Amino acid sequence: MSAILPPAERLWWKHPLDRVEGTWIAIAFVWCMIMFFMMIYWHAFGKQNLSTETYKTTPELFATKAQAMVDQYTVRTETDMQTPVVAPPVGSDVYMIARLWNFWPILELEKDQTYRLHLTSMDYNHGFSLQPANINIQIVPGYEHVITVTPNQSGQFSVVCNEYCGIGHHTMVGRIYVK
Amino acid sequence: MSTATTYRTCPRSGLQFESQAEKLMLANAVAAVVFLLIGGILAIGIVLTRWPAVHWLEADTFYQVLTAHGIDMLIFWIIFFEIAVLYFCSSTLLRCRLATPKIAWLAFALMVIGSVMNNVAVYQGGSSVMMTSYVPMMAAPSFYLGLILFAVGALIGCFVFLGTLVVAKRDKTYQGSVPLVTFGAITACIIAVFTIVSGAIILVPTFLLSVGLIDAVDPLIYRTIWWAFGHSSQQINVAAHISIWYAVAAIAFGAKPMSERVSRGAFLLYILFLQLASAHHMLADPGMSTEWKVVNTSYFMYFAVLASMIHGLTIPGAMEVAQRQKGYNKGLFEWLRKAPWGNPTFSGVFISIIGFGFLGGISGVMMGTEQLNMIIHNTIYVPGHFHATVVIGTTLSFMALTYFLIPVLFKREMINPGLAKWQPYLFGLSMYFFCLVMMGAGTLGVSRRHWDMAFAGNALAYEWPGAAYLMMGLVGIAGIAAIAGGAIYIYITVGSLLWGKRLESGAANKEPTPIPLQIPSSVAVQSYGSMGFAAPGTFVLAMVFLVSFVLYYFINWKYLSTLWGLS
Repeated sequence: MSAILPPAERLWWKHPLDRVEGTWIAIAFVWCMIMFFMMIYWHAFGKQNLSTETYKTTPELFATKAQAMVDQYTVRTETDMQTPVVAPPVGSDVYMIARLWNFWPILELEKDQTYRLHLTSMDYNHGFSLQPANINIQIVPGYEHVITVTPNQSGQFSVVCNEYCGIGHHTMVGRIYVK
Repeated sequence: MSTATTYRTCPRSGLQFESQAEKLMLANAVAAVVFLLIGGILAIGIVLTRWPAVHWLEADTFYQVLTAHGIDMLIFWIIFFEIAVLYFCSSTLLRCRLATPKIAWLAFALMVIGSVMNNVAVYQGGSSVMMTSYVPMMAAPSFYLGLILFAVGALIGCFVFLGTLVVAKRDKTYQGSVPLVTFGAITACIIAVFTIVSGAIILVPTFLLSVGLIDAVDPLIYRTIWWAFGHSSQQINVAAHISIWYAVAAIAFGAKPMSERVSRGAFLLYILFLQLASAHHMLADPGMSTEWKVVNTSYFMYFAVLASMIHGLTIPGAMEVAQRQKGYNKGLFEWLRKAPWGNPTFSGVFISIIGFGFLGGISGVMMGTEQLNMIIHNTIYVPGHFHATVVIGTTLSFMALTYFLIPVLFKREMINPGLAKWQPYLFGLSMYFFCLVMMGAGTLGVSRRHWDMAFAGNALAYEWPGAAYLMMGLVGIAGIAAIAGGAIYIYITVGSLLWGKRLESGAANKEPTPIPLQIPSSVAVQSYGSMGFAAPGTFVLAMVFLVSFVLYYFINWKYLSTLWGLS
């Protein structure tokens, strides 16, 4: 009789479907399959897929590698924090440290060139939110995430932390230049 | 064990209430509304801080308020109300006594102690860790202990519900299968048990970490298991509020489900697949394989999305069929025009269905698409999405149900029915706008959980586009309008409870009156609908939904394709 009473038909599972329901289920099912296979299609043919290359790491280990890159490829420093601006060679391994509350160092990349960007956090979870390109990646402490990036626009990009990381969270912002 | 209890039949609705269950529903519902009130007051601080031109609270207060708002609304308000709904769907709809009322009171006490303890921990400061409390950022031990006690209470409540189903079966208070709404509540309960167990698996070690008994909890394992709790708890809501939609369709129209088989099958898909959603929060994370992400984020090939699309058709479809049978059979939409738009129970549910589907559902699938997640993860699009699902979907449904329960369960005449008539429109439509502008700002990249989008005084400050500021200003305005709508709901509910005219409760009986056997109506020739469709109007609405869905889906892929190459 109604949804708040037991079904009047004892054998309700044998009741035939109305056409409106059957049609809709068929359409919705097809759409669900399209959406599912779209993700797989994009892995085969799309150019924006997040890498899953990950290593366990420690703050010391990662900092050593980042420092080596900074020592070798720093071109200048910026801001009164003397943040190094690093221009690593095309195709190389590039390191960016996220920590309370900054990203270090500043990177200078070349347009249409590919780099292996290594991300980790020294402390809490952080967010890598590249603006205005709007690419958002989670940074988890203890895990080194290696992402292959190919900038397709030149200009000045900001890296905003978009994972809450304590009282200074909103001051945490870094920079990437693309030439 | 037949304890002394009584049963009354409500003279206004014909529903039968057992006295113990009734008191427990009342207590849980009142506790829920108290947390809605607290969460609503906190919401004022949040919207007035994120409104850039106002930027009201200090940073530490803002993060503290945001933590408390999230927990009070997403966990305490909703789960207290859901426990009341579970008792209603078992004891009331099946017309039996509630199993083990003393243990149900124990559950309630644990939930109250836990929720108060957690709130106190947050207000003391030092626990501004957001609802997600990602390790290694730590809160006070009482923060976790409060959540654990609350969860244990809720779990006990779930078992009281399951026990009550057993009582009804044994006492033969109904024949055949349980009602569809009870079936939906069982779905919610099964998901709740899974959810709470996941919460325990991760919060207990985190509590031990906070008191120094263990050394570390892995941050990535924490995220994976915490979200099996955090996201699945929102799936309890989905099952619960969809059950309420079916209930309201039955109450407001006498609508019966178009097909029991389809609706129950859709609930079954929820039980099977809805728990996989933990992955939605891990799509931008390191560590997980692509295969794991794709299979889990799509609820195994979108079968749970399919279920929601089915419910989204069958509920308005059932309303349409009921209206057409009453003679509102002209054209495609007479049934809808002649619906009781002045009844807040109906209008609330209808606004909820449309908003949940168009805003919450479509945006949820975008975020849950593995690659598209990269343009959305942790932007303010995310709260835009879940305010559409949890506030428009769940909270507004609970509000609509409350208007029905005031005379029936509370036995009071509603104060100020004129105001109640407008409340779902004010609250629902301002939340529509609120969610839309949040998603707009999120599309421009604006971060969630962020105190200062201007990065004042920062040498590396990023300047958001003007449109982002405009959107965030509109978030503030829409948020204030929605909070006003919420305040009206609390005023009407609490006011009716305190000052409303007492209504006759119905005579108390020692024994329950079983549900009479339902006689199948002889199948009449279908004299309504068109083109062989029983509900053509609903089908047209469903196609509008599908077209919006498809267009928006591919617009997002187009946007994604312009980004930096990532592999």
